[in-house]
Amino acid sequence: MALRLPSKVLKHILSFIDSNEDRNSVSLVCKSWFETERKTRKRVFVGNCYAVTPAAVARRFPAMRSLTLKGKPHFADYNLVPDGWGGYACPWIESMAAKSPYLEEIRLKRMVVTDDCLERIAASFKNFKVLVLTSCEGFSTDGIAAIASTCRNLRVLELRECIVEDLGGDWLSYFPETSTSLVSLDFSCLDSEVKISDLERLVSRSPNLKSLKLNPAVTLDGLVSILRRAPQLTELGTGSFAAELKPEAFTKLSKAFSNCKQLQSLSGLWDVLPEYLPALYSVCPGLTSLNLSYATVRMPDLVELLRRCSKLQKLWVMDLIEDKGLEAVASYCKELRELRVFPSEPDLDATNIPVTEQGLVYVSKGCRKLESVLYFCVQFTNAALITIARKRPNLKCFRLCVIEPFAPDYKTNEPLDKGFKAIAEGCKDLRRLSVSGLLSDKAFKYIGKHAKKVRMLSIAFAGDSDLMLHHLLSGCESLKKLEIRDCPFGDTALLENAAKLETMRSLWMSSCFVSFGACKLLSQKMPRLNVEVIDEHPPKTRPESSPVERIYIYRTVAGPRMDTPEFVWTLHKNPEIGVSKLAIK
Amino acid sequence: MEGGSVSGSASALSNDENLVVSCEDSCSPVGNELELGLTLSLGRKGYTRVAYADDSSSSSSSSSSSLSRASVIAGIKRTADSMAATSGQVVGWPPIRTYRMNSMVVNQAKTLVSEDQNSEIRQEVNKNRTDATNMRSSMFVKVTMDGIPIGRKIDLNAHKCYESLSNTLEEMFLKPKTGLSTRETDGRMETPVKILPDGSSGLVLTYEDKEGDWMLVGDVPWGMFIGSVRRLRIMKTSEATGKAQMIL
Repeated sequence: MALRLPSKVLKHILSFIDSNEDRNSVSLVCKSWFETERKTRKRVFVGNCYAVTPAAVARRFPAMRSLTLKGKPHFADYNLVPDGWGGYACPWIESMAAKSPYLEEIRLKRMVVTDDCLERIAASFKNFKVLVLTSCEGFSTDGIAAIASTCRNLRVLELRECIVEDLGGDWLSYFPETSTSLVSLDFSCLDSEVKISDLERLVSRSPNLKSLKLNPAVTLDGLVSILRRAPQLTELGTGSFAAELKPEAFTKLSKAFSNCKQLQSLSGLWDVLPEYLPALYSVCPGLTSLNLSYATVRMPDLVELLRRCSKLQKLWVMDLIEDKGLEAVASYCKELRELRVFPSEPDLDATNIPVTEQGLVYVSKGCRKLESVLYFCVQFTNAALITIARKRPNLKCFRLCVIEPFAPDYKTNEPLDKGFKAIAEGCKDLRRLSVSGLLSDKAFKYIGKHAKKVRMLSIAFAGDSDLMLHHLLSGCESLKKLEIRDCPFGDTALLENAAKLETMRSLWMSSCFVSFGACKLLSQKMPRLNVEVIDEHPPKTRPESSPVERIYIYRTVAGPRMDTPEFVWTLHKNPEIGVSKLAIK
Repeated sequence: MEGGSVSGSASALSNDENLVVSCEDSCSPVGNELELGLTLSLGRKGYTRVAYADDSSSSSSSSSSSLSRASVIAGIKRTADSMAATSGQVVGWPPIRTYRMNSMVVNQAKTLVSEDQNSEIRQEVNKNRTDATNMRSSMFVKVTMDGIPIGRKIDLNAHKCYESLSNTLEEMFLKPKTGLSTRETDGRMETPVKILPDGSSGLVLTYEDKEGDWMLVGDVPWGMFIGSVRRLRIMKTSEATGKAQMIL
């Protein structure tokens, strides 16, 4: 007779398990474990809002208190997904309002959220505490006002890089007049001015406020006055740092910052004038996170700032830092774990190269804890990649964007195959990889073979043939998300490896050579995948061989979705069209 | 050795213009991987891309009817280059979020201002924030049309005059086969240029400027328009007349 763990005991054990991956494993052991686990899961994560229905989620997890949802595919960030594709939050909110009224936290990424939706959230969840919207759109400041005024227990309200219809700064005055329970407020993506007096009063009556991210409309004066009222902040996003240069202004700013003894994270810094940077020196030694990626500060000023940041773990900066600056980072910021270097010129043809591969090599050599990299530069070499892999085998996230498509190793003129081979082989814990530059199918053979833990892979302008995709789909054991653009292949590898697609969250391919016929065939053969063909200008007739603009494939237990716009083709919408040509030559 | 001798496994090789695809259950990878791998690797040198002879309606910017791997790559590269030449960018490349792109353009304007000029000039640069978007980059603004719940985005920097903007908007919103238009299609296909505020099309193109006012598109020189536009709206003439009176 099998020994059964009493469910009370199991419940107690499970209360120590937070990771959803672990909980997913637990729920596969046997039925009773499945039942106990599902009844105790509080934080639910749904990586693709179309993979499962809201009703199914609510049913399975009755104790849900926190829901995280992701909508559009990642490439939507770069305008590759036409507007109106989908990712609507409303059906989820409706369902949760009815079935999970105790929901306290909602986190949405790349979803379309309307004001109605926000009002619904405000009205339906009595104990609502946390709203984080990342890269969302479709709502206005009216919706934010509804949340502010109705959610009396609101702790976190963060709008991260959302596209918001900004109807003015009034929303800020809608927070309750008595003290608020706000811990974190981020309105950095809003355009219009908020009344400084409203902001001051809000800050004064929010004793728990730890994180505040202002929008660019807040001036330096405003910032000073806020800091005076909230010296306990641990995270600050400044507003605009530009102002007429006046000595008193500088002194006031300096003093205000020096009172913020707990500040660990600094961001914003739009339009920052180098003359004002010294005002930050007092907080530098305590900073663990610094986002200078909107600050057009140049070299000597940057180094003066960074050399004081010995505890820095996360640095986002523009390529104005130059290789020299990165060399300085390598010697002063020994705790660095994450580095992102963004281009300062949007232009593809920029011949002015502030950073080269050398900058990243410096940091890889000097910063032993470096594990996450996002690096934009114009060109690279295999030697540099090999060095980086050798020095930093602990890399978990490596995203290299060589801006010029098909750029080879500029010293040897070879493809960057050897370099990425070194990365895949050497960095055994790599979970996320973005490749660029000139790459042949060989590079992907290495990646497929060695990148065993890579879950997300991004590829552009690479490879020679279907072999590339075949290597990836038949290798890469942990692959969950694959996104590809402008690569010369499609059908063969896709169809050969169709089964792999069910083990992944999603596959995105745009401007490749996937034919319409292959899409139809895949849809027919794999009912548990949703295959979406996205053509902004769909042709009147579609021959089997015509390549599609974009294809988005994802596994789902929710069946075909019902909210597709005109420009998304799915088999479900066009059932009478079968695959006609089935010959093999 | 040509890859044409593959049997049983899914193959994209063909010597006529139709892409042929295996329908058999050999689509499943079991047992075919070796064959596939071997064939493809042997066939690589002489690998022929299918010619999409009937893809006249293809809208993929990088699709080409070239026959060899090299020319396929070259085709993609040519497209990337030509797009780079015309608009300064390939769509969505480099992979930088729009929000950041727009900030970058402002920075570009500032680097033109020399380092030791005083802050007054910097403030002016800030005021001319949207002027700076004249520089080579994308400037995406939202476009909504009355009656259509979902808005679109359009890159104003891809246009140099009102006519081309109008043509693009017409394509986006009034193209009957995409079905985006909720209006009846009788006669709408020959809609005259939308900007004309004479109401002949029943539609009028308006924009919201920096100050929050709604203006008729076409009244000011293009450069000024670009400098102050925040978003666009295609209104019904009846509504627009009302608004126009407010502005005038």
